Amino acid sequence: MKAFRYHRPANVAEAVAVLAAEPQAAYLGGGTNLVDLMKLGVQRPDVLVDVTRLPLDTVEELPDGGLRIGATVRNSDLAAHPVVRRAYPVLARALLAAASGQLRNMATTGGNLLQRTRCVYFQDTGKACNKREPGSGCAALHGQNRDLAVLDWSEQCVATHPSDLAVALAALDTVVEVHEADGPRDIPIAEFYRSPGTHPERETTVARGALITAVRLPPLPAARRSTYLKVRDRASFAFAAGSVAAVLDLDGDVVRDVRLAYGAVAHRPWRAYRAEEALRGRPFSPELAARAADAELAEARPLRHNGFKLPLTRAITVRALTELASS
Amino acid sequence: MSAGAVGRAYPRLEGPAKVTGTARYAVEYPVDGVSYGWAVPSAVVRGRITRVDTAQALASPGVLAVLHHGNAPRLTPGPQTELWLLQEPAVHYRGQYVAVVVATSLEAAREGARLVHIDYDTGPHSTVLTDDHPGLYKPDHVNPSYPTDTAEGDFDAGYAAAPVRVDATYRTPAYHNNPMEPHATTAQWRDGRLLVHDSNQGASSVQATLAELFALPAESVRVVAQHVGGGFGSKGYAKAAVVLAALAARHVDRPVKLALTRQQLFGPIGYRTPTIQRVRLAADTDGRLTAICHDAISQTSTIQEFAEQTAVYTRSMYAAPHRRTTHRLVRLDVPTPFWMRAPGECPGAYALESAMDELAVAAGIDPVELRIRNDTDVDPDQGRAFTSRNLVACLREGAQRFGWAGRDPSPRSRRDGRWLIGTGVAGSSYPARSRPSSATATARPDGSFLVQVNATDIGTGARTAMWQVAADALGVPPERVEIRIGDSALPTAPVAGGSMGTSSWSWAVIRAAQALREKLRDGGPPTGEVTAEADTTEEVGGQPALPRYAYGAQFVEVRVDADTGEVRLNRMLGVFAAGRVVNPTTARSQLIGGMTMGLSMALHEEGLLDERYGDWVNHDLATYHITGCADVESIEAYWLDERDDELNPAGVKGIGEIGIVGAAAAVANAVHHATGVRVRELPIRLDKLIGLSDLA
Repeated sequence: MKAFRYHRPANVAEAVAVLAAEPQAAYLGGGTNLVDLMKLGVQRPDVLVDVTRLPLDTVEELPDGGLRIGATVRNSDLAAHPVVRRAYPVLARALLAAASGQLRNMATTGGNLLQRTRCVYFQDTGKACNKREPGSGCAALHGQNRDLAVLDWSEQCVATHPSDLAVALAALDTVVEVHEADGPRDIPIAEFYRSPGTHPERETTVARGALITAVRLPPLPAARRSTYLKVRDRASFAFAAGSVAAVLDLDGDVVRDVRLAYGAVAHRPWRAYRAEEALRGRPFSPELAARAADAELAEARPLRHNGFKLPLTRAITVRALTELASS
Repeated sequence: MSAGAVGRAYPRLEGPAKVTGTARYAVEYPVDGVSYGWAVPSAVVRGRITRVDTAQALASPGVLAVLHHGNAPRLTPGPQTELWLLQEPAVHYRGQYVAVVVATSLEAAREGARLVHIDYDTGPHSTVLTDDHPGLYKPDHVNPSYPTDTAEGDFDAGYAAAPVRVDATYRTPAYHNNPMEPHATTAQWRDGRLLVHDSNQGASSVQATLAELFALPAESVRVVAQHVGGGFGSKGYAKAAVVLAALAARHVDRPVKLALTRQQLFGPIGYRTPTIQRVRLAADTDGRLTAICHDAISQTSTIQEFAEQTAVYTRSMYAAPHRRTTHRLVRLDVPTPFWMRAPGECPGAYALESAMDELAVAAGIDPVELRIRNDTDVDPDQGRAFTSRNLVACLREGAQRFGWAGRDPSPRSRRDGRWLIGTGVAGSSYPARSRPSSATATARPDGSFLVQVNATDIGTGARTAMWQVAADALGVPPERVEIRIGDSALPTAPVAGGSMGTSSWSWAVIRAAQALREKLRDGGPPTGEVTAEADTTEEVGGQPALPRYAYGAQFVEVRVDADTGEVRLNRMLGVFAAGRVVNPTTARSQLIGGMTMGLSMALHEEGLLDERYGDWVNHDLATYHITGCADVESIEAYWLDERDDELNPAGVKGIGEIGIVGAAAAVANAVHHATGVRVRELPIRLDKLIGLSDLA
């Protein structure tokens, strides 16, 4: 593999400065994805800037009732945090549904959001992939695409975002705090990820070299009644075949508020606004949940091997909301 | 043999070394001046190398050499065309090794491999097995030396006349062996002699192959395989890693370590061929089989024929007056398939034992009872009595332990909340064979004994088992016996494969021990070392050709999520009759390991081939799923006491493979019972079952 330099910055500003000065530098968090991709030659950084010693490893309760989670908080620690477990169970469940115990001990909050697609064509330098090598084509579009997108894909890319955590954060209207060369900036998670469009190599809306320093959860009392359902091809240690993050707030049996986000269906964690709209203000029933999912999936365009994701996503939408409604 | 060590649950002798990390695997031996090899796979499926540009690679820091067909040391052609590496510009499949980069570090070698630029002329290719492929042909025989087709009676007439019939086609995908330790070698040349530490299933066999390829006398090649991190058949013969490492070490005149990556295990090391199997069964209204036909299609490569014996299981399992089996192959532009745990029997039993379940449904007969009714004491294929056949005993014992009685046969008759519950059963069988082996036994003046046999412990507990067998044969407590295995410098022995290791090695160990006791009896107490040798070639060769088989019964309870189609196993239970069990601890591991692998085959594993690229795209353990612990809540393996004096001196049948045979069928049959859906194409994934409930 390509030889690289290793740099451990003293503070966030220095980390960002190194990335600004080095066109082929990359941040190193837990390394659970980046190091694999380096071995495979998919990513070939000159410099690794190890951010795990920066003081970004705390979970802080905010005066407004929200929560700020430092970018280097490990997935295991976050899942076990008492406030997360109590106030945002959807987040703890999403974390614990991901990867393995060993990987969760290493993986960081910021790194998790920036992990790359597990599309098999992206991970093999012998195959065409616009995300890895712009202009080379998308081998997945007409290839083995069972795991790939049904929504919002383009002719250039049909990849899905692999994170479970990001799906939960999308449902919670999380704010991503980043530090760019000209200073800090807040970005709502709904604006953080890009659709693949004609530039699937660009996955986020932040400038190259930006460092995620934290994610901020707004206060959301309804999130106490929230869950994450993930369906996998085997019972553990697998990426989602389908997943849903759900927050449900009922007034009697009427849906006062609802937050829904889907995993494994698109290039980004998919906030299901249409489904939410179909649910809000109406008396809850499993049939309503099914119709809401159908509304969200109406514009889905399944690929050759992944049509099952539509009934699957519908089924887990119904189950997640029905469980929350009866809890 | 005296009652003693055999049958007792000793822990593995090398257990402490393994769990403390001191047990050395093939590329963990410290070697002075070592360098690292990285295998470069072809980027095209079928073609010819027109140019190899090594300039950039050679300029890369740490790179010592780039071997390719233009400069690699010459090999002597042998029967294993797959090992004819770096000798010619022809490319026969994608992933064929076409170069090796040697460097002073592993990372430098890997980077160098990226910088080797190879141009190819390419041609059209065909890599997908279909049942109407124009290249279908009938091989001369199927592995290892069975007739390609068999026929008894008149199948067509028998089938047409029967009141109950099943005609079903089952498909299995490519399966890829993924031992924890990849194929890996440390190769060193000293004064024209080759020493390799290699991860394989038989050091004597690898020694012979290397000697042939490098035109050396066998005694100039030494192969050490002290600890092997799994093989499952894929290391049953010398493979690319050892040949490339030896070529590279000779070329750079330094020791070379070369290990394949996880990705490289998907293809060139061999894989279980995909199969397309049509099974037709006919029975009378009592469920007695009148006609059986099994037509199997599988693939091989263009360079070497590998004819998997898929339908051979059906020849001896159940009796019927009219029987037919056929095998057809297609030569595709793919790596040559190879052994994977119970090659032939495993995929064949999936088809036949699934069809038996379909027949049970069609005839309205309990599937355990159906199998009991079609039991036979005489091998329908050979026409001779089985030396022992305890299929029925396994079925009865399993049914009793599992709680089979009172099962409602109707599909979808049990539900637990959102889960549909179902149970399934399958029979299991595997041949009990032996190969010639040699061994020595030495008495030392201090009262201890040394027993040597080039057996291989691929994680099975073989070392411990041979130690137990040796102790009993010598008539001493095992603490007085030292056992040495895993080195071609030891007495020649066959591979750990085909469930023949324990039977073959123990035969020679027992004979050597007996000969030593004779010597000691004649000579009184030894003053120096006394050694006796044994070679069982004549005795094994002279054994009458009788049908010898182990049997088993597999029981499974699944639950299937009615909304999502997810399949999980509540429990899996197997009962086996496999002769004498040498060590209950390691035997249990072998059996539940085989059952787990069968479960993995049923629900998860599938090599996804992309015809455009001609290779399997899901070539890592994140995308090629292997069953995890959470997929099954309980696995139990039991065995019957079985004595069969027609086997071998230790009375063993071998247990490495019987555990996987029938397991996938039992799962598939349970899924049908739970859901009413008969999935005839493995794996049974959720997309094949989704939406069983009304409100999905």
